[in-house]
Amino acid sequence: MVETSNTESTLIEREQKLAADLKSRFGDVLEITIKSKRIKIKVKSERLLDIANYINNELGFDHSTSVSGVDYPNSKEFEVVYHLSTYGREDFRDIVIAFSTRISRDEPKTLSLINIWPSVEYSERETFEMFGIIFEGHPKLEKLLLPEDWNDIPPLRKDFKPPGR
Amino acid sequence: MSKLSLSVGPQHPGSGHMRIILTLSGDYIIEAIPDPGYVHRGEEKLAEYRNYIQNIPHLERPVVLDATGAIFPYVLAVEDLMNIIVPERAQFIRVIMAELNRIISHLYYMAIYGIFMGHSTMFMWPVGDREVFIDLANTIAGQRVTYAFLVPGGVRNDMPEKVKEQADKACNYFEKRLIEYEHIFMNNPLFEKRTKGVGILPKQDAIRLGVVGPTLRASGVKSDVRKDDTYSIYNQLDFEIPVSNACDSWSRAWIHMEEMRQSMSIIKQCLKRIPTGPVKLNLKQIKVPPGESYSRVEAARGSLSYYLISDGGKVPYRVRIMTPSFRNLITIPYIMKGVMLADMPPTYWGIDYWPVEADR
Repeated sequence: MVETSNTESTLIEREQKLAADLKSRFGDVLEITIKSKRIKIKVKSERLLDIANYINNELGFDHSTSVSGVDYPNSKEFEVVYHLSTYGREDFRDIVIAFSTRISRDEPKTLSLINIWPSVEYSERETFEMFGIIFEGHPKLEKLLLPEDWNDIPPLRKDFKPPGR
Repeated sequence: MSKLSLSVGPQHPGSGHMRIILTLSGDYIIEAIPDPGYVHRGEEKLAEYRNYIQNIPHLERPVVLDATGAIFPYVLAVEDLMNIIVPERAQFIRVIMAELNRIISHLYYMAIYGIFMGHSTMFMWPVGDREVFIDLANTIAGQRVTYAFLVPGGVRNDMPEKVKEQADKACNYFEKRLIEYEHIFMNNPLFEKRTKGVGILPKQDAIRLGVVGPTLRASGVKSDVRKDDTYSIYNQLDFEIPVSNACDSWSRAWIHMEEMRQSMSIIKQCLKRIPTGPVKLNLKQIKVPPGESYSRVEAARGSLSYYLISDGGKVPYRVRIMTPSFRNLITIPYIMKGVMLADMPPTYWGIDYWPVEADR
């Protein structure tokens, strides 16, 4: 059991170091929350590219595990969350960064991060069709999973009600 | 030479409905574009209309071969939000089920690999041997494929005492069978000729594209969620992560073979060390406080993760499912390039792509 507590204390150190790195480098990060192996970083959408570049190049988080949209109709916002992980940095392999930004629901546009993480290709496409969020700079923003003749609003928005519900 | 565009699918380019649009120059593939979505069920939307227990059976459906792997991260995420710790006996039973499902899924993989090569024996043998493990899972969980066995707070029922004997028998039998598989299939010159050096995915690409599971490990990256981001009781168990630097279709099959050996070793260790005690917390109701949780496990095909957001209500606010097949979809244009049309099916199946799992 001693071993577990050891790895846990170093885990906290590693998490703190990551968060401190980001805070000192980018004073305008909106919020950083740490919860056992998961770090959530909220940023303004115009700072997305810079901070993403830093997380990729300097911190070594080399791939995205998923891109998720979350609909908040009450505050008229979408949240776009990139979950990031690493294969290259062995000391950070247990940590997942949730890198998120909020965008307006009326004009859902954000920059695509495909040039930084090629692994977001299909996840961004899926978020585009399920929420109607436009990822500027994505080379192929087309329907992926939905039927070609889908003519309703994007289905994962809260105001889309599935038939019979 | 003139180019030919060829649409393969959506009726089974391999197993499950999915289309690949190929551009051919003579016999060789010069471009491959995947077109998924034919078996999309809207699982993420469905999950927003059902409570935390009702969600369990339908979230297992996309991954019938590996139902425990599919539901494991979901229950971990719910437990993380509820801040509860599962009884130790339940943790052991979960790991036993997860590894059984890995073997069941890998055997199915070997069987379909066989039939893609026109190798009928390799289809019949693994499908037959899979029954041994399905029976074992049936003894533990009471169902053959989708169990709805893992619940927040533990597992639904305790397993009967006879499991130990049955598992020993199954493992002893199957260890011998794996050697026969090697003779008849893995070392078969026909299989080697069509898969060795075919469907190459270099290490750098595998990392860049965020590939997961056996496909990642066949490209020389020693990464497995069970070791890297350990969960449940995996840090108490002793097992190896098979890795190959060959980066081709053959090495992907080899990784599956070795992983089945490791899974059997894990099951044996668990059955030896499993403590007695309760298998489920006595939760009167599943009340999930507001918050969000991201959990991942190493399912049979690779890292499977859930991003769960709760607003404190009866149903989840958002459930994001990211499956290994969807993540490995991105490799198809890379591995297909330069492959002969005749070798397209084994190359496709090599990455263990499961359309239903990818489309969710």
